[in-house]
Amino acid sequence: MSQFRGSQLARVSSVLLTLMLLISAAGCKKKVPPPAPPPPPPPIDRPAPAPTVTKPAINSFSAEPTRIEKGQAATLRWSISNATDMTIDQSIGAVQSQGTRQVYPSSTTTYSLIANGPGGSDTRSVTVEVSSAPPPPPTPPTVQPTLNGQEMLVREGQDAFFDYDKNDIRADASQALTADADLLKRVFTRDPSLIVIIEGHSDERGSAEYNLGLGDRRATAAKEFLVQLGVPGDRLKTLSYGKERPQCTEATEDCYQKNRRAHLTVGQ
Amino acid sequence: MKKLILSLGLLVAVGATLWPQAQIIINKNAAKPTIAVPDFRGSGPAQSFMGTFNQTLFSQLQDSTALKMVPKTVYPLKVPQQPTDFRPPVNGQSQGPWLTDWSQPPASANYLAFGYTAVQGNNLVLFGWLFNVQLPSTQGAQIIGKIYTGSLDESGARKVAEEFAADILKQFGGTSLMGTKIYFVSDRTGNGHKEVWSMDYDGSNAKAITSYRSLSLFPCVSPDGSKIAFTTFARGTPQIFVHSLETGRKLPFYNQNASVNAASDFSPDSQKLFIYSTAGGNSTQIFETRADGSNMRRISNSRAIDVEPKVNPKTGAGLVFVSDRGGLPQIYRMSSDGSDVVRLTNGEGEAVNPSWNPDGQHIAFAWTRGYDPGNYNIFVMDVASREVIQLTHAEGRNENPSWAPDGLHLVYSSKRGRSTQIWTMLADGTSQKNLTTQGNNEKPVWGRASSH
Repeated sequence: MSQFRGSQLARVSSVLLTLMLLISAAGCKKKVPPPAPPPPPPPIDRPAPAPTVTKPAINSFSAEPTRIEKGQAATLRWSISNATDMTIDQSIGAVQSQGTRQVYPSSTTTYSLIANGPGGSDTRSVTVEVSSAPPPPPTPPTVQPTLNGQEMLVREGQDAFFDYDKNDIRADASQALTADADLLKRVFTRDPSLIVIIEGHSDERGSAEYNLGLGDRRATAAKEFLVQLGVPGDRLKTLSYGKERPQCTEATEDCYQKNRRAHLTVGQ
Repeated sequence: MKKLILSLGLLVAVGATLWPQAQIIINKNAAKPTIAVPDFRGSGPAQSFMGTFNQTLFSQLQDSTALKMVPKTVYPLKVPQQPTDFRPPVNGQSQGPWLTDWSQPPASANYLAFGYTAVQGNNLVLFGWLFNVQLPSTQGAQIIGKIYTGSLDESGARKVAEEFAADILKQFGGTSLMGTKIYFVSDRTGNGHKEVWSMDYDGSNAKAITSYRSLSLFPCVSPDGSKIAFTTFARGTPQIFVHSLETGRKLPFYNQNASVNAASDFSPDSQKLFIYSTAGGNSTQIFETRADGSNMRRISNSRAIDVEPKVNPKTGAGLVFVSDRGGLPQIYRMSSDGSDVVRLTNGEGEAVNPSWNPDGQHIAFAWTRGYDPGNYNIFVMDVASREVIQLTHAEGRNENPSWAPDGLHLVYSSKRGRSTQIWTMLADGTSQKNLTTQGNNEKPVWGRASSH
């Protein structure tokens, strides 16, 4: 279409050019006067100033904080001038020129503020980063879940000590065994199939043969005491070592006392 | 048994015994044949082993206590080496060794042992004679004339000396300890383990019998030497195991379901075992079983700790044992059905570890009488009269006496210093000898010579 118009225009122009050549050829035949001076330039006429229209400006747009954990809130804060139409995307919509808004993004979100006015528009964005919360700390247990029955016995078990050549439960042994009974009930609650061995030991002074019998009596006395306190007897076994497994080998009364004992250990 | 004379109130006389109150087993002053045993010589390379030979022969005869040894310092200068060396004096002039050199003072011997050794075919050969020097001539004087062969080394020299000594002792009712074994418990393998071991009566030739890597304790040997019973923690609680000494293998033994089962003694016929066990209730009581654990029968019936039953080896009836029924442990006697319980020790201190003399009349035991708890000494008691003598006197802590088959020697453990070791001694407390050094060694029992 424009091509067609172009060729038409060219044909018209060429006719005008021919006419102008004919006129000037006739004039050349006469003497030509000097040309008139050029007209003065027209006076400069300042145009009337146009009405002043300022471009809208977003002075600030921020999120506080910029990093939250899922479920927490962030506050958007903005300040805009010279705008007539202000919106924040992400379904927030129209806002005033100054304001705050709490947002609860469930994942990292970029908020864009668009300010439009007669003088144009302005845009700014902030991003709120959302991280997932770490798992909660383990609740402090009443029974240390990492300790098995054996470890509980090693940590909390108390030996019951005896007088020379005796298997009577002394006051201190009674206290130790009472604590042991409580411990054993917890141990068996935790591990009902466990077998606990009550070892009976003696000091080095009696004969090895007699001490085998004495150690057995001490273990039996300790067992009977524990059973009376409600420890299930079918989970307890006795084992006499006599004087064969002393925990102290010096020939002193201190050492002898340490060896005259009933001791709890876990069965195989 | 002429040497087992209970003679009271003997004065300290020849032999200067340290405790004159009573000589129960060994009476050094009783009339005994007197023997002279001059040093033997060896020809050629045999001579280098004669130190061992002469020492072994002399101590074997001396330790038997069946003979009175003539001190070597009073021997005549001329020593015969073979019967042809004897030359009767002519007109009172000595022509060579003669019987009267030995029978008259200062030697005053009844008998003379003599001979020599030589090397034959790479063996050590002993030519040994025993002569009665009281006779007027060599006619009929020879009692023993015998050839003994051993390896050409120290152990061969010891062997021929022991065999010769055994032949001599047979003539006088004595018993040689040759071939007898001592069984004991040792921790020498370390790691807190205790194993049962055996060794020769002189401490040589130690061998492990068990390797349970546990606590294996309280060995007792059957009188026929065929099996050994002991108490082991190999399966947790103390249980009785029986091993064959012939094959080394474990024999079947049925243990009762009890917290304690412990072996103590075989019957004289080796068919039964006396044990203590908690099978009957709360404390260890005395039972009898077959050697395989069957037919268990309760003997003692107390609420006390009853342990260490030892049956009379002569009669097979009647037991001694240890009980705390009266307070501290003491030694009691009862009949085989558990009746007629009698306390043998007088209630002082703690009396434990009874061991019957083969004569069935005496026991050795460990007693703290006169000492602090744990400080035991070895005593011997004549069971009929309750007469006791003390054999050790606080040379360490002395426990677990066990009689040798000769009824004259005892083996026991002694803690002198930091470790416990096995010792032997004569039943009068003399001739104490240390047999072990490695680790701790305890709970010895003296077995008979194996018949194999």
